[in-house]
Order: sequence, then C-alpha cells, then structure tokens
Amino acid sequence: MKPSLILRTATRLLVSMILVFSVYLLLRGHNSPGGGFSGALVAATGFAMYIMAEGTASMRRALRIDPSRMIVFGMILALGSGLFSVIAGNPFLTGIWWTVTTVGDSKIALGTPFFFDIGVFAIVLGAILTLLLALEEDLEKD
Amino acid sequence: MTTNLKTSTTDTMARASSLLPLLLFLAAAARIPDMITGQSLRYVFDWVPSLNIQLSFLFDGLSIFFALIITGVGFFVTLYSVDYLHGHPQTGRFFFFFHAFMLSMLGLVFADNTIALFVFWEMTTLFSYLLIGFEHEKDESRKSARQALLVTGTGGLALLVGVLLLEMATGTYEISQMAPLAADLKTHPFYGAILILIFIGAFTKSAQFPFHFWLPNAMAAPAPISAFLHSATMVKGGIYLLARFHPVLGGSASWEATLVIVGAVTAVFGAVTALGQSDLKKILAYTTIMGLGIMTMLLGGESRSSLVAVMTFLLVHALYKSALFLIAGIIDHQTGTRQIENLGGLAKSMPFTAFAAFAACLSMAGFPLFFGFIGKEIMYKGILAETMMPGTAIVAAVLANGLMTAVAGILFIRPFLMGKGSFPQPVTEAAWPMWIGPAVLGGLGIFFGIVPDLVGTWLINPAVTAIAPIGDKVRLALFHGINYPLLLSVITLTIGTGLYLIRQQANQRIAAFFEAIPFTASQAYDGVLKVVAATARIQTRIIQNGSLHHYFFVVAASFVIITGLSYARGFSGFPEFRIAWPNIEQGLLVLVILAAVVSVVASRSVLLAICALGVMGAGIAMIFLNFGAPDLALTQLLVETLTVIIVSIILLRLPALSRKGNRPVRKKLLDGTLALGTGIMVTTLLLSVSGGPSNLSLTEFFAQNSYIAAHGRNIVNVILVDFRSFDTLGEIIVVATAGLAGFALIRKRRGES
Repeated sequence: MKPSLILRTATRLLVSMILVFSVYLLLRGHNSPGGGFSGALVAATGFAMYIMAEGTASMRRALRIDPSRMIVFGMILALGSGLFSVIAGNPFLTGIWWTVTTVGDSKIALGTPFFFDIGVFAIVLGAILTLLLALEEDLEKD
Repeated sequence: MTTNLKTSTTDTMARASSLLPLLLFLAAAARIPDMITGQSLRYVFDWVPSLNIQLSFLFDGLSIFFALIITGVGFFVTLYSVDYLHGHPQTGRFFFFFHAFMLSMLGLVFADNTIALFVFWEMTTLFSYLLIGFEHEKDESRKSARQALLVTGTGGLALLVGVLLLEMATGTYEISQMAPLAADLKTHPFYGAILILIFIGAFTKSAQFPFHFWLPNAMAAPAPISAFLHSATMVKGGIYLLARFHPVLGGSASWEATLVIVGAVTAVFGAVTALGQSDLKKILAYTTIMGLGIMTMLLGGESRSSLVAVMTFLLVHALYKSALFLIAGIIDHQTGTRQIENLGGLAKSMPFTAFAAFAACLSMAGFPLFFGFIGKEIMYKGILAETMMPGTAIVAAVLANGLMTAVAGILFIRPFLMGKGSFPQPVTEAAWPMWIGPAVLGGLGIFFGIVPDLVGTWLINPAVTAIAPIGDKVRLALFHGINYPLLLSVITLTIGTGLYLIRQQANQRIAAFFEAIPFTASQAYDGVLKVVAATARIQTRIIQNGSLHHYFFVVAASFVIITGLSYARGFSGFPEFRIAWPNIEQGLLVLVILAAVVSVVASRSVLLAICALGVMGAGIAMIFLNFGAPDLALTQLLVETLTVIIVSIILLRLPALSRKGNRPVRKKLLDGTLALGTGIMVTTLLLSVSGGPSNLSLTEFFAQNSYIAAHGRNIVNVILVDFRSFDTLGEIIVVATAGLAGFALIRKRRGES
C-alpha cells in the first residue's frame, strides 16, 4: 500500500526544513535551548517521516552511509574531543577553547565541547535511525 | 585474518614469532652476570597514583630464573607448534594466545606491585582458559577450559583479597618493601587470613590437593600447550608466588605445617594416581601434580638448602616434563594414539624422539649422572635439614620419587623399546622443529648433570639469594660422598625398580581403587556447579520471568514500599507550602493531561492508548515550558514524539492485541491501587522537597562560570557538554550500545547475521 499523497507531498516540503532546524538547534545549543541531543531527536523525527512516506530503501539511498557508521563516527568524535585535552596535559574531557575571530566587541570562540556535542548528535541520530530502519525493514519483509 | 592466509604463509609467520621468546630469553640471559653478584633492577611507573598503586617491576635472581625457563621453553614450544598445528585453520589465533600467555606469565614473575601481580595472574588464567579450550568444537575441551578457569579464577580472587589485606597490614603494595616488616606481620591479626588466602591462590594455580583435578582434565589442550602451561609455566605460578612470599610470610609454624602437609599429600597422591593411568598425557599430568607437591612441601622449609632444592627441582622438572609433554604430542601426532598399551618399538622409527625421551625419562627417574639425580639428592638434603615434620616429608618424598622412577620406566621402556605397537597409521620420525625442542630440553638434563656447579652458581643460588639473602652458597655436585641423601637415593631407585616390575598389577589395583572412591574433589566441583545452575534457574523463573507487567509492578511496588517506609520513619510534618492556583493556560494543560490519562486507561485500542500517552507527555512538556524550562520542554516533546513513532511501528507488527484481556478484576484493582500509591508517593515527595529550603550554590556556580569558563550562555547545555561531559559520555555510550543491541535483536529474530 502506497502512503497517501498528502503525506508524501508534505514530507517533501517538511523534511528539509526539519533537518535545517535540527542543525540550527545543534549549533545554537551553547547559548539558547537546543544542543546535540535535541537536535538529533528533531532530525530523527524528520527521517522517521521520510521513512513512512518513501520507504526504507529510499531512505538508505538518501542517507548514503549506514546509520551504524554514524554511531562510530560520533563515538570517535566525542572520545577524540575528550582526548584532545589529555594531549594538552589536562584531565580527560576538559574543554579547550580557541578564539577564532573577533567581530566588533564580541569574540567568536570554538572549543572541543562543540565537537563533543556533534558527537552526541551523531550517536543519538545514528542509534535511533539504526533501530527505526531495522524495524521498518523487518516490517516491509512481512 | 590469518585464517584466510595460505598455510605456508601462516607457518612462516608463526615460525618467525619464535623470535619473540628467543629475544626475550637472550635479554634475560644478559642479566645473569648481575644475578650472580646479587644485583637487582627495579622499574617503577605511575599507574593509579590516586590509589597509590604503581606499576613496578623487579628484575632479581628469582624473576630472571623464572623468565629464563618461561622464554626458553617458550621458544622451543613455538617452533614445535608450527609443525604440530600445520594446516589447522586457527593457527593464527593459537600463536596470539600463546604469546599473550607467555607475556602475562613474564609480567607475573617480574611484577613487584601486588596489584600488578594480581592482574598478570588473572591474565594467565584467562589466556590459559582460551588455550585449553583451543579445540573449542569439542565439548570436553570447553568443559575442561571452564573448569580450569573457575578453579584458578576463584584462587585469583582469594589472592586479590589476600594482597589487599597484606597492604592493610604492611602499608605497601610493593613486595620488595614487605620483607623488613615480616617479623611484625607474623603477629598481626590479619596474618592467618592473609596466609589462607594466598595459599588458596597458590594451591589452585599449582594444582595442589584438593584443587588438583583441573590439571588432568586440562590435558584436553593441544600437546604444546600442556608442555608450556602445565609443566613449565602456569602451574609453576603458584610455586613462584609461595617462593616470592617466602621471606614475607614464611617461617611461622602455620606456614611450614600447611605447606609440608598439603605438599606431601599432593605428591604421594599424584604419584600413586599416575601409576593407575594409561593415557600418556594423563600420566604426565599426575606426575606434574606430584612434582608440584614436592616443591610445595620443600617451600615449607626454612633452611637455605630446602630453597635450593626447590629451585633445582623446579628446573629439573621444567626441563624433563616439558620435553615429555612434547614427546607425548609427537607420539600422538605421528602414531594417532596416546594409549600406552598400544605403543611399542618406537625407537627404531623415531630415533631422535627416542633419544629425547631417554634423556628426559632418566632425568625424571633420577638416575645418577643426570640432572634429575642431583635434584633428588639436594631435595633429600633439604628435607633432612628441616625442623617441621622431616619424617613425614622424607617418607612422602622417597615414596613419590620411587613411584616417579617406575613411571619413567613405563613411559620410556614400553613405548620405545619393547615389542611392536599397533598403530592406526605407519610411523615415521617427526619433522626436526618438533623433535629439536624435546631433544635440547632432555639433553640439558644430561648437560646440567655434568656441570652441576655451573648451574648452581649461575641460576640456582642467585634465585635463592633473592628470597633468602643470608646464608652460605649451596654447592651442587654429582657426588657429595656417602651420606643419607645417597642412601635415600638408592632406596628410591630400589622402590622404583620394584614398582616397575609389578606395574601391571599396580596399575589395575590403583585404577580399581580410584573407581571405588565414592566422592572425589572433581565430583564436588560438579556438585557445586549443579547447585549454582539450579539456583539460577529458580531465581530466573521468579525474578526474570519475561513479563513486562511483572517487572514494572515489582519496581513500582518496591519504590512505594521502601521509599514510603523510610519517608514515614523520618516524618516530622509537612513543611509549609502554599498552593498557588494555576493560571488559565496551566489549568487547561492540566485538563488536557487528565483527559489523556483517562483515554490511556479506558481505550480499547493499543494505538489510541499510545497516542494518548504521547498527548500526556506533550502536556507535561508544555507545563515545563510554562514554568520557564525551555530545554527540558523541548527534549521532552521530542522524546514523546519519537516514542509514539517507534512504539507505533512496533505495535504494527504485533498480532492484533486485545485490550480486554483476561485480567481478573482483582488484579486490575491491585494495579490501580499501586498506580495511585505511586502517584501519591511522588507527589508527597515533590511537595516535601520543594517546600523546604533549597541549596542554590550549584546553580549559582554554573550561572557564574558558564560563560566565563565554557563560553556558553545556555547553562543546561554547558553542563551537558562541558562541566559534566563525562556523564554525557557514559550516556551516549549507553545510547550507542542500545541502538546496536536492538538492531542485533531485530535481525536475529529473522535468523540473519
């Protein structure tokens, strides 16, 4: 049974926005509500919609990488951002910051917690997608 | 992966890996000059500084002595294994385990820190488990491996508690710093407990009675493993431990009596049992038990000559026993049988192996001119110098050695010299890398017999000096003059020859005798396992019965009862709080939530119930938002959404589930009561907590430092990814594991890999 036309059309419009919003949430997390975890949940909701509308095969093609790889990538990123401070001589996971550029009065800083948050994002999204795809594919086989 | 490589490549790589033990042997041998002068080296690395635990290694006479045996035998066994395993699909795995075991064993003898010693000790247990179970397709191998793991692993735990108590008593984890405190330690209240725990560790590892039974069963391992682990290294671990702690714990009456009695019983028991066996490897296993018993018995001694006897006999035993295990492997490999009654006349077809067997067996029998003879002489000398039960010890030693002589005869004369065997396949000599090891190890038994003084100066005395610094050097010599040890040697050889002549009757009698014993240590072990398994089954049926409803009921009920009781006990009236009436939005939200709750309970459709649950969660999220917690609200909302999606997908795959069910009204009432109780409990707790004064120091700290230290204004997120990022790391590991495990479960249900 094909999903309804309304769902498919709406999905096409919504998913891209949801994904942009998830990245926005991830990036703004340090100063306003958001962050890696909620960003990943938003993205997962978007992907879940896409799976329902277009099926898992289409989802896998669109993803290009296996979601379990995403978990591995996230784990490497999170651990790596923690080990960075070890190399610098601080305890594991100490935040290290660089000032990238100064705009007017405000400095723009970049730090290891940022990468850690991206790791969280990738792991949470990867884990949910792994489960969702496995469940849906299992369902499609029946 | 090695298993995919061509056999010849695998063999070349495996042969090249023998360089590892060889180079380590040479490195250890380079320390011999320092050993002779009694110098030692100690390397210390920080390990867990906060617990005052260092990774320290001590290179002294004793550890180098053991290292030489480990790496020397290890080299020949590696060479041997290449041809022994030739074509086996898991050769790569074998050599990995083998070398890992060897390195763990080296770590064990070099470790000066007791915690490090314990870790290496457990590593040897672990790798020996993997090696004994190498032929893992066989049920017997798996069973034996598990048995060895459980017995020696239990001993390892006893050892851990022992070294912790030792640290409490002495204030140090370093063995080299304990010896000066030995006198105080003997009157310490912990001394008895420490002694018992360390003994359990040593006795399980070195297969002392009544923990001996795992060793004969471990003969399920391939021959080279038995040669390495069960003659030269692993089982000597317990002996090493006793020797290492000899200056710290030794010298008391309880130390001496326990070791002499346990050692003597083990030695006689092992030797008698060996005579009742017919499988070559089983015979060797029981004679190993005998040898270990003798060493334990001698370690009960206080005099320097008994320690010299331990080390000498240890070397003798390592040489001939590893050679004999390798020979048993060659015989099995070339003839297809290990049953002694099927073997005969092998000297003609396998001359080199026969030479090795000849040398090893005569050393084992303790014939004059062989190193074994010197070992035996010095053993008697050591026992005669003892104060603790020398009579018992000497009788046990003479008896055990006599039996050993007979066993040596049985091992050599029958298979190699007499008659013609009946073999499943035509017999040829093994490839040279196989016989070279036994030949050299056996040959050393002759060579050391010719130059005993050299061995004494280079190896034995330095090893003894490391644990007993004071005392005269004991000279090793072939002929000490006509004295008691010589007399005892003559008696031993006479007993041995006599026993050899009546071996057939003896074999049957002993076999029948052990058949008749109603209750053995091995059966006790099986019994314990059965009880554990039965307990687990009963407990699983009650606690883990697979019903989610049951689990949740237990969790909620324990929460209500335990929390309620402890709350009631400390109850001193509610703190004052003011109930603020909700504003319009909040009031509407509460109504929505209440309506959702009613739908969840009343709905006949599962899908509807799930959606209503989602509405409830969303309503709660809105309340969070209304009270100014946007982060919490956002996350809650998203989690609720995803939960509804995932649960719906899962529900779609279930057969149409009737909500009516067959639950009787009584049970529904019980569930309802519990739900109400939980709700009341949570509400009461929350009111009490929020009514009291709250400590805001953490909040203030985060508010002040969030931007300064972590460049972020959103405190919640800064806490998550910076201040408390280690917690988050743990959580994302859980998420990742749950995702992958769930994936595996879903796929496994379909039988896919």
